[in-house]
Amino acid sequence: MSFEQVVFILVAAGTLGAALLVVTTRNLIHAALWLIAALFGVAILFVFLNAGFFGVVQIVIYIGAIAILMIFAIMLTRQISSEKSARFNKNWLWAFFISIIFFAGIAYILSLWPEFGTTKPILSAEIDPVKQLGVALVSPQAYLLAFELASVLLLAALIGAVIIAWEQR
Amino acid sequence: MPWNGHREITLQVNKADGNFSSAFCVLFRLNALRKFTGKKEYRTGEVPGENMTDPITWIANWLETILEGIGLPVGIMVLILTVLGVLIVVIFVLAIDIFLVWMERKVVARFQDRLGPNRVGPYGLIQPIADVIKLIIKEDTTPKGADVLIYNIAPVIALASVLIIWAVIPFTPTLVGAEVNIGVLFIVAFGGIGTLAIIMAGWSSNNKYALLGAFRTVAQVISYEIPMVIALLIPVIFAGTMSIQGIVNSQELWNIVIAPVAAAILLVSSIAEIGRTPFDLLEAESEIVAGFHIEYSGMKFGLFYAGELLHALTIGALFSTLFLGGWRGPFVEQIPVLGIFYLFGKAFLVYFLIMWIRYSLPRIRIDHMLNFNWKFLTPLALIALMVTAILDKLLTDFSNITYAVIMLVVNLVLIWAVIMVLRIYASGERKKVGELKPTANADAVLSTFGKDVSSAQETSGAST
Amino acid sequence: MLDEHWLYIGVFLVLAPIFATVPIIIPRFIAPKKPNPIKLEAYECGIETVGDTWVQFRVQYYIFALVFLIFDVEIVFLYPWAVAFDLLPLFAIFEGILFILILLAGLIYLWKRGALEWT
Repeated sequence: MSFEQVVFILVAAGTLGAALLVVTTRNLIHAALWLIAALFGVAILFVFLNAGFFGVVQIVIYIGAIAILMIFAIMLTRQISSEKSARFNKNWLWAFFISIIFFAGIAYILSLWPEFGTTKPILSAEIDPVKQLGVALVSPQAYLLAFELASVLLLAALIGAVIIAWEQR
Repeated sequence: MPWNGHREITLQVNKADGNFSSAFCVLFRLNALRKFTGKKEYRTGEVPGENMTDPITWIANWLETILEGIGLPVGIMVLILTVLGVLIVVIFVLAIDIFLVWMERKVVARFQDRLGPNRVGPYGLIQPIADVIKLIIKEDTTPKGADVLIYNIAPVIALASVLIIWAVIPFTPTLVGAEVNIGVLFIVAFGGIGTLAIIMAGWSSNNKYALLGAFRTVAQVISYEIPMVIALLIPVIFAGTMSIQGIVNSQELWNIVIAPVAAAILLVSSIAEIGRTPFDLLEAESEIVAGFHIEYSGMKFGLFYAGELLHALTIGALFSTLFLGGWRGPFVEQIPVLGIFYLFGKAFLVYFLIMWIRYSLPRIRIDHMLNFNWKFLTPLALIALMVTAILDKLLTDFSNITYAVIMLVVNLVLIWAVIMVLRIYASGERKKVGELKPTANADAVLSTFGKDVSSAQETSGAST
Repeated sequence: MLDEHWLYIGVFLVLAPIFATVPIIIPRFIAPKKPNPIKLEAYECGIETVGDTWVQFRVQYYIFALVFLIFDVEIVFLYPWAVAFDLLPLFAIFEGILFILILLAGLIYLWKRGALEWT
């Protein structure tokens, strides 16, 4: 049981625990904060996968922007903590079984994929992986079209912001 | 940049490189022992830490040999050395933070033509310790209805998020906490976590003013993060790496000479990020009663305050590493320890500049502040980025001096163009405000009421 | 984590909150504890609070957060482009500039439509 494995198990357990608390806590702001803890755990898992760039991007975008957006959206509602409504539906047992079956099915289908369980070769460590990512993002035979389409998608989101503002007038 | 060492021209996407890169990684892991202080193969070819010109690395090597001698397993040894490295940086930074309290009070006093604390110790140097003792023995109240856990965690996160930024700042050519290849984004990330602490503090205080102050603070901080992140992109373009040690290494000519616009944008947006005047509407005592930390007293408030001052120094250190050359200075290659002095000298210089701005300017309103950001700073930052990108690519084959001169000239042209645009805008605003409004003329007013009023005024005038 | 630099950051992430918590825990032992209801009330310049702690949350805050999010994502896309800058040919620079221009156009559209006003 190497040190990395111990840390990984702790981080993964923390992430899953935080995710569970997101859906079971009564107070909405607490749920948002547990979500932030879960996202932080995912960022640490990205670092474990040797993708430090994505770990940090996860914190910048998810915790620094999306979580704040969600907290603002929560504050638009008045009923932050409802003590009276039931937390669990009466169908929770059925939901549990169906989700277990779905998970087993997806895991089985994935295990039929020939490269399941093998580790991918690591990107060569002489050249910075972020540099390789940058070259791939703008080379026409790699991801250039996706890169430019992403900007159009972000433009669409900006126009959506205008539509929200417009309705309030 | 022409003087950059990285000129690998051919890059193949490695698909079948598994064996080579995994072997390299095993070698790299074995080498982990020697690298906890982040030293790299230094350019002159010598092994760092050989003699006392680099005492910290020498101490690190010595500790390593001792721990190896005891016979601990490799992992535990690396862990112990890492914990020691972290403790040294944290204690050093927190000690400087205490010193900053004194410096702040002395400098504000001098700006306001008075002396500042000079009773407690020589020149008032023990004053911050007296402050800390006072804050510690204050009663620790939690307001009624506050969310206790979040209320207590918020100041911890506010201070911790600033402390963590010091993990990636290089102190000397051979001494950096963690030379990760994404240093700049790391700083942006943990700056963003600071805004989370603000929301948590404002929300959990169960106080309308705290909540309002927290919303406004977050709106200001996130708005000014955009020009800051864009301005941080420009040294990354010059250096070709996001690692901060890499950016300092590539600055044979300080970045402020070739990108003054980016430096100015970084400075202004960082001042807004840390919430200092002229952007400190949110803790304006006369308006919102200290904003999101109304309900905090005692050491929790002390943590917020210390975090704010430390954030200002961190901005100073960041600015100096990215634009002023960091640990670079005379003789730093022979005696690496001098790097710390150069870095902190520059950082304190920028901190003094931030204080100077604070104590000279009034604060601006929130709608002016947000307009300034979204309508001026962000487009300016994007235009500066585009201009810098195009120019850097067009000028790579030129010599160093020509490159530097052309970049500087283009930046000055950009500043001149911005000033022209601002002048036109300002004269437009002046025209709108300065139009002669019709003055109140008694006859004009009375004529709207009719003739009988004027006759009534004559009779009343006659009676007085 | 195949790199001891990340281990350093991991240890820092654990130790920094601990160092920041120590000044909060110390007063629990040293400081006096004399709560009374007047001290614990919410502070509103001496006036008593009326009503819940709820502020009219204007939608302006949400719009600024949304615009910030979009520009944040844009800049995160630009970071790998900037890191790989010296390896890229000139037309790749123009692709990056096209990316920036599309979003600058979006910002100008927002400006003209009045979505960036505070009032």
